[in-house]
Amino acid sequence: MTTFPDRAQVVVIGAGIVGNAVVHHLARLGWREILLVDKGPLPDPGGSTGHASNFIFPVDHSREITLLTGDSARQYAELGTLTTCGGIEVARTPERVQELDRRMSSATAWGIDAELISPAEVADKVPFLDPSPLLGAFWTPSVAVVDPLRAGELMRERATAAGALTVSALTEVLAVDTEDGRVRRVRTDRGDVETEYVVVACGVWSPRIAALAGATIPLTPAVHQMIDVGPIAELAETGREIAFPIIRDMDPFMYERQSGADLEIGSYAHRPILCDPDDIPSNAAAALSPTQLPFTADDFDPQMEAALELFAGILDRPDAGIRHAINGLLSLTPDGHPLLGETPEVAGLWSAAAVWIKEGPGVGRLIAEWMTAGVPEIDPHAADVARFAPHERTRRHVRARAAEGYNKTYGIIHPREQWSSDRGARRSPFSPREEALGAEFFEVAGWERPQWYRANEPLVAELGVEDRPHEWDARWWSPIINAEHLAMRRGVAMIDLSAFAQFDVSGPGALAYLQHLTVAQMDRPVGRVIYTPVLGPDGGFRSDLTVVRLGQSHFRVVTGGSDGARDLHWFTRHLPADGSVALADLTSAVCTLGVWGPRARDVLAAVTDDDVSDAAFRFGTARTVMVGSIPVLALRLSYVGELGWELHAPTECGLRLWDEIAAAGQEHGIVPAGIGVYGTTARIEKGYRLMGHELDGEHGPVEAGLALPGLKAADFVGKAAYTKAREGEPEATLCTLTLDASAHRRYPQGGEPVLTVDGARITDRRGRPSYVTSAGAAPSLGTHLLMAYLPPWHAVEGTGLLVEYLGERYPVTVARVGRMPLFDPDDARMR
Amino acid sequence: MDVLVCIKRVPAVGASIQLSADATAVDTRHLGFTIGPHEECAVEEAVRIADRTGGSAGVLTVGPPEADEQLRYAMSMGADHAVRVEAPVADPDPEVTAAAVVGALPDLRPYDLVLFGEASADAGHAQVGFRVAAALGRPVVGGVKGIEVDEGRVRLERHVPDGVEVHEAPLPAVAAVLEGLNLPRYPTIKGRLRAKKAPVRVLDGPAVTGGLRTLRLRHRPEARAETVVLGRGAAAAPAVADVLAELGMVR
Repeated sequence: MTTFPDRAQVVVIGAGIVGNAVVHHLARLGWREILLVDKGPLPDPGGSTGHASNFIFPVDHSREITLLTGDSARQYAELGTLTTCGGIEVARTPERVQELDRRMSSATAWGIDAELISPAEVADKVPFLDPSPLLGAFWTPSVAVVDPLRAGELMRERATAAGALTVSALTEVLAVDTEDGRVRRVRTDRGDVETEYVVVACGVWSPRIAALAGATIPLTPAVHQMIDVGPIAELAETGREIAFPIIRDMDPFMYERQSGADLEIGSYAHRPILCDPDDIPSNAAAALSPTQLPFTADDFDPQMEAALELFAGILDRPDAGIRHAINGLLSLTPDGHPLLGETPEVAGLWSAAAVWIKEGPGVGRLIAEWMTAGVPEIDPHAADVARFAPHERTRRHVRARAAEGYNKTYGIIHPREQWSSDRGARRSPFSPREEALGAEFFEVAGWERPQWYRANEPLVAELGVEDRPHEWDARWWSPIINAEHLAMRRGVAMIDLSAFAQFDVSGPGALAYLQHLTVAQMDRPVGRVIYTPVLGPDGGFRSDLTVVRLGQSHFRVVTGGSDGARDLHWFTRHLPADGSVALADLTSAVCTLGVWGPRARDVLAAVTDDDVSDAAFRFGTARTVMVGSIPVLALRLSYVGELGWELHAPTECGLRLWDEIAAAGQEHGIVPAGIGVYGTTARIEKGYRLMGHELDGEHGPVEAGLALPGLKAADFVGKAAYTKAREGEPEATLCTLTLDASAHRRYPQGGEPVLTVDGARITDRRGRPSYVTSAGAAPSLGTHLLMAYLPPWHAVEGTGLLVEYLGERYPVTVARVGRMPLFDPDDARMR
Repeated sequence: MDVLVCIKRVPAVGASIQLSADATAVDTRHLGFTIGPHEECAVEEAVRIADRTGGSAGVLTVGPPEADEQLRYAMSMGADHAVRVEAPVADPDPEVTAAAVVGALPDLRPYDLVLFGEASADAGHAQVGFRVAAALGRPVVGGVKGIEVDEGRVRLERHVPDGVEVHEAPLPAVAAVLEGLNLPRYPTIKGRLRAKKAPVRVLDGPAVTGGLRTLRLRHRPEARAETVVLGRGAAAAPAVADVLAELGMVR
């Protein structure tokens, strides 16, 4: 046995598929002195990798997950551990048939070969299936089964052969020591090892290991039940592990796959059964393995009935017995996405957790690239472990959302669908007024934000807003949004923006620090409001935000609520070690009320003695005004394309601010407007880009149309790539498309593929597909707008294209190439 | 022919068994429950005899309502009716258990054969079958690895080092069977769904307490397994062959 090292460049904890993939890719990228430890024995240490169902369905609505899955499938295939068998998602209900149409659109968007087939065709492919309960099916030929234990062994072998890896099984981690917020040492029952980096790839045990270092990995172990029924002659005589396509019986939330002579049946339908990492038995104490808990038969009975409906011919035989039945553990997170990246609490402590078998090798590569190069090829935006607000990291929240999310695994999830559990964690000071106005609250980072107000219902008829006739288009939506939009453009609206994350940056090094993190010139006069992209080292978007210069060495950073936690992590990690910069999170200290519309100045002037005339208070500037007795930092800017201000006030003064504005606005017809206006309709009319939609790591400012006129002299993260991009022609340009009149009354929601008029998929020279990044009504333009990146040969105004939405293709026209808005193109209204 | 099998709900433990804080019981907080392998064979045998003779296969346990899970498991293997006798104390000893079984029998149909596992998988007292037979005054054979029933008689086989003992007994009779008697079937899906809906007849237990009291459980001294690496790859084959020969697995 190799001696246990006393020093390593990185310690990877957990030898499941993720840990093995991480060490393999770190070795491939040149890291050495890699130590892989696991408490269990090899090759199956007892985690979820050892009992998983091991199949890969490549199509997901999320591009990020689809990319990770595709990369993983390629890696499994290259290791000789992938068997292609095909897979079919079947529909028993009309709602699911529609969902399969949507699946098909995602397959088209991401370029995965797939087809909608009839129940009879399902029976042709799976002769022992009774198709009579089925209405339709979605066939993906590239669905495969993999061997993650073997793949892991091969990955370890490669890293070992490169002289990069020491493997220590049966080694329990006892402590992870930190110094000054950084990882320093891992203590195990076989010795202590000094290290700069630790990767927690411990699956269901990850929270426990992270806690040793004082960090959180917000997941909960949860049960997923599966049984094996056999022997079944038709399966046994194939002589193969899998010879028939895998069936995902989506409506009862279950799947059936051949496993040798058996049919394996798995369920995501049963009640959520959560457990705590500390309650998972040890390898020795477990009857089967630590992550194969005792089967609770009552929970599975409905699934047996559902399985019989499709497979009575082979399951209803006296010799086909239930040979194996487990409550297998897997990891659930508050939003269903993986937990990847450096933990915000401890520098050098990385999470690679809540990963399915289908994403394991891809996650290994992503983590290794991120650690070695500072940025991975696949944008980990939705999976970043730093994305959570503090309350979202708590056991209570994790368990509430995991319990709610478990049955969504095979669910039909609307793009705007809201969570219902553990709501109301963060409320703005305006919320009593908002509730009284019948606000429909949507959640971001735990904040309850009005999406629209039922009190504005009368505006719908007054302004002639049409409803959406199709239920799916109208779900989590209201025509009131469009009415609030028109009312704002007509008069004035007040919008709760308190969910903004706000950081104060101060100290002698503040300017240099911000210059280093941002594209825009920060050395502007005090009082300037500066919009800036924030880039990763490769020049892709990391964030985009607003900076206000409050003093020579004092800045306020205002960023979106949903990305606030990620941005705080990024800003914190880049703080200079010399203490010359202080970073304070003011999110909770400041509430924000936007006041916009042609009458906004009248409203503000009525509540302040300060001069808010255009001459005194120019667009793009900020200063403190007194609203009655409330000191308000007013920023004259707009994300909705109207004259007006963001009013930032102390949180405790918020309610009074709301009341002052509402009272003064009354004679000007002020309406409260929701985020439906701010985030979608007004934004999209103005062509403003949204982080996580148009803006991502795959695209930089030049392609997004957000390159700035000048290039500042100061160095900044991503400058080289940004400079290079400015000098060349973009491979893709963000465009705004209008839905042609003939297509009206159907409303794509985002994520749909953009096709040529012949129905061909569009990709740019780098292989990036054209798909709808945002979609929304443009009430002032009388149309529905879509945004999409298009390669130069399609990025021509007037070009006709198609968008595929729920199985139909609708004609669209490229209305705008680049950032110039369709509504008020010269920004006259807000300037 | 009607056969009754008596089974016991026992924890399904791993290699290392955790004890409760006062060491008087197994810590079952994270464990599932099952019946022992001897009893699985007894259920299998009862179902086969019932099938063959057109009789019934019943299953009985003495225990709390949770033990219905084990009765339903046996029914999902093919047992057609189930009886649970309420246990008068939490973990009844063999004396109490036997009294409960004997007390229940007059309320049930007259069984031709009553089967037990050789010993429970947890306590392993190996007493209940014999106590029941003695109380009923019926013949009993333990360590049974073969059963043949005939008109009014049963042939019971025991495997002993030098051969097979064959016992014949008049019915009704009692037998305690050993794992290996047969290869028990797995429950089927249909069997499980049937068992879920099947009624469990619940009878009151006797008002007695046994004489056995658990003071403390102790782990047996750890038998450390010695691992010897016999070689690597094909070079290990001769050494493996030697070991197999030593164990008498090959000649």
